[in-house]
Amino acid sequence: MSTTTVLIVVAIFVVATVLLGALPFVHRARQRRSGPAPPHTPVAVSPPPAQRADEPVAAKAPSPATFASGLASSRRTLRDRLASISRRRPDETTWEGLEEALLGADVGVTTTMATLERLRTTAADQGIVDAGELVHALAEGMRTALDADRSLRAIAPEREGATPVWLFVGVNGVGKTTTIGKVGARLSAQGQSVVMAAGDTFRAAATDQLQTWADRCGAELISGSSGADPSSVVHDAVSAAAARGADVVLADTAGRLQNRKNLMDELAKVRRVADREPGAVAETLLVIDATTGQNGLSQARAFAEATDVTGVVLTKLDGSAKGGIVFAIESELGLPVKLVGLGEGPDDLVDFDPDSYVEALLGVDAD
Amino acid sequence: MFDTLTDRLSGTLQGLRGRGRMRPADVDEALAEIRLALLEADVNVAVVRRFLERVRERSVGGEVTASLTPGQQVTKIVNDELIGILGTSPLDIQFASKPPTVVLLAGLQGAGKTTAAAKLAQWCKSQGRNPLLVGADLQRPAAVEQLRTLARSIDVEVWSQAGEASESGDTGDPVACAAGGLAHARQAGRDVLIVDTAGRLAVDAELMTEVAHISDAVEPHYTFLVVDSMVGQDAVATAEAFHSTLEVDGIILTKLDGDARGGAALSVAEVVGRPVAFASVGEKIDDFEQFHPDRMASRILGMGDVMTLIEKAERVYEQDEAEAAAQRLVEGTFTLDDFVDQLRQLRKMGNLQSIVSMMPGVSDQVRNAEIDDDRITTAEAIVLSMTPAERVSPEIIDASRRARIAAGSGTSSAQVSNLLKQFTQMRKMMGGMMGLGSKRRPAGRKAARKRSKGAGRAGGSRTGGGGRATPKGGSRASKPSGKPSVADIDWDALDLKLPGR
Ligand SMILES: Nc1nc2c(ncn2[C@@H]2O[C@H](COP(=O)(O)OP(=O)(O)OP(=O)(O)O)[C@@H](O)[C@H]2O)c(=O)[nH]1
Ligand SMILES: Nc1nc2c(ncn2[C@@H]2O[C@H](COP(=O)(O)OP(=O)(O)OP(=O)(O)O)[C@@H](O)[C@H]2O)c(=O)[nH]1
Ligand SMILES: [Mg+2]
Ligand SMILES: [Mg+2]
Repeated sequence: MSTTTVLIVVAIFVVATVLLGALPFVHRARQRRSGPAPPHTPVAVSPPPAQRADEPVAAKAPSPATFASGLASSRRTLRDRLASISRRRPDETTWEGLEEALLGADVGVTTTMATLERLRTTAADQGIVDAGELVHALAEGMRTALDADRSLRAIAPEREGATPVWLFVGVNGVGKTTTIGKVGARLSAQGQSVVMAAGDTFRAAATDQLQTWADRCGAELISGSSGADPSSVVHDAVSAAAARGADVVLADTAGRLQNRKNLMDELAKVRRVADREPGAVAETLLVIDATTGQNGLSQARAFAEATDVTGVVLTKLDGSAKGGIVFAIESELGLPVKLVGLGEGPDDLVDFDPDSYVEALLGVDAD
Repeated sequence: MFDTLTDRLSGTLQGLRGRGRMRPADVDEALAEIRLALLEADVNVAVVRRFLERVRERSVGGEVTASLTPGQQVTKIVNDELIGILGTSPLDIQFASKPPTVVLLAGLQGAGKTTAAAKLAQWCKSQGRNPLLVGADLQRPAAVEQLRTLARSIDVEVWSQAGEASESGDTGDPVACAAGGLAHARQAGRDVLIVDTAGRLAVDAELMTEVAHISDAVEPHYTFLVVDSMVGQDAVATAEAFHSTLEVDGIILTKLDGDARGGAALSVAEVVGRPVAFASVGEKIDDFEQFHPDRMASRILGMGDVMTLIEKAERVYEQDEAEAAAQRLVEGTFTLDDFVDQLRQLRKMGNLQSIVSMMPGVSDQVRNAEIDDDRITTAEAIVLSMTPAERVSPEIIDASRRARIAAGSGTSSAQVSNLLKQFTQMRKMMGGMMGLGSKRRPAGRKAARKRSKGAGRAGGSRTGGGGRATPKGGSRASKPSGKPSVADIDWDALDLKLPGR
């Protein structure tokens, strides 16, 4: 590496330091002063294997079949375990099985530990000696934790005259636009007149995508030009809807990662503008993809802070993912899960039902 | 609330490093910590179990190296295993000797396939190739239009059959579409063919069969599974299904600009046994880079990702300018003008968050802090509102000048003085690196570190022994003036850790 390259790194380093408003890099040096020198562990890097593209690549890691069978069997044992424990007294293996079931469904370490802690108390209190009873107690406990009010608000509270707006928010690619299409189809079928707002002015062809959905369910689409200010598009849609006496505005927004502060500020503004006369935000629905891991909690926190989320839509539950993160989101943050997406068609939308959700998550029947 | 995987592992392992001897109980303690860290990072439970088994086996079961302490050994084993899973080297893309090189992208709905297809096309162009994109997603509303819009911005042709089909409700045949794309690429002399497919669930047998047919029709040289870095436990089941259907060659990991800990990368790489080939780090076409597994492992172990940083910098910086700026930096003549210059360069490198995450030795606090590109704009506005004299000698800025600058830049006086304070601090820090500061540290510690690192740092002019070389002792420091030079930088004070060095 040339001296120049190192210098460039130094320069970046320094500028970034200034920007960060801190001198974090002395932090470690200072820490070190108090302890012995840390070893520098050499990292062995083998040269890239010569590989021709037009040749099939030789397997260099565990073959999929082995892992496949390994995983399938581990999944089966999980189910078997849950089934067989009903015939056994609960022991540590039982608890480990339950822990793996929850962790494997993306419930998350913290929520899993808290849930099992409560279950231990319940089990002790009620003197549960049968493992099958334990599983039922777990399912029961989870259902009780999901006790939020999940009704959808057709109108904004205390804003009776205003045109209700449902705002859809979430990170990239979770299913916001598709969910709007499905909700539009449902409301239209109920005889409501629906206006859609193409608030995603950023992503390529986002408006065309929503247009297709609007056409499918006979809703009217209000859009701006690509790159337009999303707040003004939403405002235009609300005004148009009010003028026409539409029943509801479904507002799409661009996907954004919650660590992008400027984009979250933009979203907060969209919500403020949508809530202005003649409109009133009745629902702000955070869309969460069922495959999402622990990042979902961070998404829920950030979006709730920016936009006052009133409910969660859990999409893609028709796949193999269990969507356990919304259990953590509802039970820890109190955000009710209201709708569930079960496919890509207009009818693939159902109301969230705690009972069947918990059953599917634990892979057991209720009774 | 949660620490990042990087922080957790480096925290645990730093604890281990501090101890001279390690008992089996220590191993278990470390493994328990590592387990939690990996689970919180979304590594699949089964993958975690296997990972820990291997680490325990290797930690307890021998491989005793005389030169390493037990703590160092566990560090090394965890590192080796991480790299072992992620792949030992970057996937080296070889273009087919008989073009076109066919690339197939597949994955779950919303993973980032269409965006990645366009990014990959742009990447191929940067490699001097002439790609054709195929829009074989005839299912999702406006999927082809999305691809066309992206392709237009990079001036790449798109082949598809959508349009006529979507009107009638019949979505068209993606297999025929892909085959048509291949024929067209041959005819038009395109040397790379990138096929975007519809998102599909691993449990959807019909659609999995369809993608297998697409694959048969185009016989891809590379099949990439596109994986969202926010995915949790299901990553394994999905990757397994796609791999058994398509024989995946590599992974494209997307949305890495987020704050997800990305354990899915480990899970998927383990299942598929193929490396992560590319990392997608934003929504813009250029937010895309070749993935370097060893660097990712270094990053996981808290060593920063200096290599990627350097590569990015090299693409953006003018060598002469950079050298001149760096020279002024070490001489202490770095002005606010230089600073703004650097800001602009930095902006070209991508978003701040991803740059910071690659920096070595960044504290947990900073890594988790919300860093927003607006900071660059604000800082730039402030400096641009200063007079040339003020930019050279910021000391002359008093309260009234500060108020003027704040008004001119649309900021507050406090923001202006904050920036100035940090700028001064930075200059001081550079002074410290110039050797003035090295006296503060015990010589023995430095000597030990130097020995452990060996020679081979850039410049290479430092002599061993206690303390840093005096200008007279160093081979480079022949300048009689005592004027500081680049070679005098005290690298230890900077604490730049270069992996593999
Ligand atoms: N299987 C399944 N796919 C879904 C579901 N909901 C959405 N999708 C698919 O997920 C993909 C992304 O959906 P979009 O509606 O475009 O997601 P989005 O959040 O609007 O995305 P951006 O606007 O790009 O951030 C599309 O392919 C949808 O068809 C669902 O419930 N099940
Ligand atoms: N922040 C960020 N967003 C990304 C990245 N890659 C893709 N996206 C966004 O993620 C969303 C989905 O991307 P697409 O490329 O449409 O995903 P897809 O896999 O083609 O989706 P389907 O075709 O519906 O299955 C879009 O909003 C993209 O802009 C990335 O690396 N970072
Ligand atoms: Mg959308
Ligand atoms: Mg797509």
